[in-house]
Amino acid sequence: MLKNRIIPCLDVKDGRVVKGINFVELKDAGDPVEQAKIYSDGGADEICFLDITASNENRETIIDIVKKTAKECFVPLTVGGGVRTIQNITDLLLAGADKVSINTAAVKNIDLVKESSKKFGSQCIVVAIDAKKVSENKWEVFTHGGRNKTGIDVVDFAKKVEENGAGEILLTSMDKDGTKSGYDVDLLKTITNNTNIPVIASGGVGTLDHLYDGIVKGGASAVLAASIFHYGEFKIKDAKEYLNSKNVSVRL
Amino acid sequence: MNVTIVDYQSGNISSVINSFTEVAKGKVKIEVTSEINKIKSCDKIVLPGQGSFKSCVDSLNKISGLVETLKDFAITNKKPLLGICVGLQMFADIGYEEAETKGLGWISGKVSKIDNQNGKFKLPHIGWNEIEIQKESKMFKDIKNKSHMYFVHSYEFIPEDNSIISATTNYSSKIVCAVERDNLFGTQFHPEKSDKIGLKVIDNFLNL
Repeated sequence: MLKNRIIPCLDVKDGRVVKGINFVELKDAGDPVEQAKIYSDGGADEICFLDITASNENRETIIDIVKKTAKECFVPLTVGGGVRTIQNITDLLLAGADKVSINTAAVKNIDLVKESSKKFGSQCIVVAIDAKKVSENKWEVFTHGGRNKTGIDVVDFAKKVEENGAGEILLTSMDKDGTKSGYDVDLLKTITNNTNIPVIASGGVGTLDHLYDGIVKGGASAVLAASIFHYGEFKIKDAKEYLNSKNVSVRL
Repeated sequence: MNVTIVDYQSGNISSVINSFTEVAKGKVKIEVTSEINKIKSCDKIVLPGQGSFKSCVDSLNKISGLVETLKDFAITNKKPLLGICVGLQMFADIGYEEAETKGLGWISGKVSKIDNQNGKFKLPHIGWNEIEIQKESKMFKDIKNKSHMYFVHSYEFIPEDNSIISATTNYSSKIVCAVERDNLFGTQFHPEKSDKIGLKVIDNFLNL
């Protein structure tokens, strides 16, 4: 049986792990390579790096971090942030990333999703969607780390990225991100019901029960969380044992 | 001992290189190449594969003499070769991803899309799944039945002869996830991404 995945996400800025609250205030949470190794040794099913400043600054720092991490961690590594071109994707894959997540560029230019999934295979193209609730059961896609409103409906966009070859969707609720009040389960449910590719839940985890909700109520194939793991509140193992005790199948 | 990872522009092989390098530390020389002479003279071959069946077969065929060299190595001379993911799928006669494409024809069978049972099963099959070991296997030496391995694929290898199946996994149906015949080995899962247990599979191959 396929197991539900737990993915710690490391938001990286200037070579350090940080975690923002609602995408803005940043706290320092350590060295990314060290952290990734701790997570991988602790049973993380995948590791995710999000380079949150890559849109504006040079990319060498994250490439270097990916290279070092890939030599020490032998679980899948996803890297995103500021990915705009086929060349950006090639560079990250050559550095040792297994999957690349595309966010703003997928909205601006869907051909990037199409071309990259054709060139590298759908298995390594993740589209990261930042969604914000605009009315009851309606969400809109935002870009540029949540700064820009696009007017695009999230369901329409999720279907479009699937059609264009994305292998997974990393779905972040901007209303929930950093609040520790749980995933936006309605958003998750809506997207998992309307697509046939795996959806990774993101944004809002504060307790282990929230992970349960993301999988069982939201239908997510994987749950991503940052701060509950970074500050040592919970270990990956705690999350897995908790889910297992509630009959959610995980890799133990 | 020299082990060659065949670099035929089949997508991302960094993880394969990193994991083999880690396991081989100090005991085995790992070379990443598409040079025919080097491939001919090595002791073992790793054939990775990412992307579609068609794109991988096309890339193999683009390198003059490569397919014949691999066949001589693995089939005629029965030297150890490990295919990973699409590397394994290409052993088949035919694949249906993108377009109907002729495979290497080393193990009779076909590569078809996994039946998602009308959307009940999400595709790609991504993540950790348990393997069910089907026969005694050199690749699974000291590996427990129902160990977790990491998968990413939408197509499955359906061989004609079930006796070559060394492990299956359950996703929508019983999917072939490892094959073994003489010194020909293949895994649908990614040992290079399957944590310590995956590195053990690699270690078993290097220790053959």
